[in-house]
Amino acid sequence: MIKVRSLSKFYGKKSVVEDVTVNIQRGQITSFIGPNGAGKSTLLSMVSRLLDADSGEVLIDQTDVRKMKSNEFSKVVSILKQSNYMNVRLTIRELVSFGRFPYSKGRLTEEDERCVDQAIEYMHLTDMQDSYLDELSGGQKQRAFIAMVIAQDTEYILLDEPLNNLDMKHSVQIMKILRQLVDDLGKTVVIVLHDINFASVYSDRIVALKDGKVVKDGPTRDIIQSDTLKEIYDMDIPIQEMNNCRICVYFSS
Amino acid sequence: MRNSFKLILLALLAIGASAVYLFHDLNGSFDYALPKRAIKVAAMVITGVAIAYSTVVFQTITHNRILTPSIIGLDSLYMLLQTVLIFFLGSGHVTVVNKQVNFILTVAIMVVFALLLYRLLFKKGNQPIYFLLLVGIIVGTFFSSITTFLQVLIDPNEFQVVQDRMFASFNNINTDLVWLAIGLIVLLIIYAWRFTAYLDVLSLGRENAINLGVSYDSIVKKMLVLVAVFISISTALVGPLTFLGLIVANLSYQAFKTYKHSVLINGAILISVISLVGGQWVVERVFTFSTTLSVIINFVGGVYFIYLLLKESRST
Repeated sequence: MIKVRSLSKFYGKKSVVEDVTVNIQRGQITSFIGPNGAGKSTLLSMVSRLLDADSGEVLIDQTDVRKMKSNEFSKVVSILKQSNYMNVRLTIRELVSFGRFPYSKGRLTEEDERCVDQAIEYMHLTDMQDSYLDELSGGQKQRAFIAMVIAQDTEYILLDEPLNNLDMKHSVQIMKILRQLVDDLGKTVVIVLHDINFASVYSDRIVALKDGKVVKDGPTRDIIQSDTLKEIYDMDIPIQEMNNCRICVYFSS
Repeated sequence: MRNSFKLILLALLAIGASAVYLFHDLNGSFDYALPKRAIKVAAMVITGVAIAYSTVVFQTITHNRILTPSIIGLDSLYMLLQTVLIFFLGSGHVTVVNKQVNFILTVAIMVVFALLLYRLLFKKGNQPIYFLLLVGIIVGTFFSSITTFLQVLIDPNEFQVVQDRMFASFNNINTDLVWLAIGLIVLLIIYAWRFTAYLDVLSLGRENAINLGVSYDSIVKKMLVLVAVFISISTALVGPLTFLGLIVANLSYQAFKTYKHSVLINGAILISVISLVGGQWVVERVFTFSTTLSVIINFVGGVYFIYLLLKESRST
């Protein structure tokens, strides 16, 4: 379990994340939702050590993340940010092989190669594993990066807006794969989402942030309610139940 | 396995170039000319190693393939140091005439400067690396301006000595210094080699590197210190030559098309040894010392730099 204890981050005097306390359960998909500038990505960055917190602490399975060695941490928690600009030219397979770096330090063993094969297979990239990343479409590229994270084989997988710039088909594909990771492989997925319908349909728990604070935290059904969403987004959002999914119809509100 | 074939080919070329340089027109002067040439080749090899390694590493850290470490102002500091010494103490002073004293003094001051600069910039948490580059440019320009100012005021005879230091040169290399520099460079390379795999990860960017368990900030700092020490040693030994790094690093990227630094760095080292030894041979045999090696390198490098800029601007 990831325990976030009164975590804060300030830029100058302005607080971006303020006194956030959240528990993230194992074996579930937890979605962070909220308006732009609510501090979702900042929170995720602090949990994954990309950013130092100004106060508070993050405990992963009872251990303070600041006390963990970088290399050990990277075997437990992986993070994928939204922008992945690189100035080296890599093939999909080379990128995914980097996921084994915490274990192999660049010298892949047979077991590493097998993990890489599995990860590529899992993301349906086997046929194009020798293509270069800059030749791929947005969806394929995103899948390649997720394959790297799968090869990293961590208990916790954090993703910062993985659906950014993807069309509906590819978004659904990615969300289904994340669901499989949780249901089949027992991973824990934490994800920052903008589209609340994806959060509603695929996640087990939702944490709603606004102005750097947690406004709601609970099972998906309890959060996807018109009055709760009004509190978060300042919008009247009617909710329709279809095929057991709660869909927010916010387009014309 | 094509890359290892290319590396072997480059290694053979480097050995070939050195052999031609050592034995061409030797006229049996094994006792006099050969040791003199050998010490020059040794100096060129260590300079090549230092410049190639530091440029490739620096470009990986800054994610930029048209930068050289000279941007943090080490070259201009070297020129300032030499000019100040000659201006205030005179060209006959021990710190100018005695090559060993000059070498140790210059390396020490350059390394201390680099460490101070880093300390100042990294004290306030983790500043982006571009801040360091900006401060480096400003400090470098400041040093150059003072240097020019002093050079305008200086006695014309003394200026001859200053001018001599402005261009890298392998003529009149001090034998003891070469041994000292070899010792230093070998120790540093042994220390640096373990980080090669980490450099591959650094080229994926800060966030991916941290995700993969690399202590990004501490490794970047170590690498920046190493780069400064390498550049200080090679500059103090032969003079400012960092432009060479730009050429050899990019030629290495083009030749090997890989992300693996173990290949890229070795390739860049071999290319720089070939161009230094080859260039020096051309200076001595074709131009009969009427020009210096750094003039040739700056000319070829300048043309290549313009080509790089044109190519980059076309691709975007």
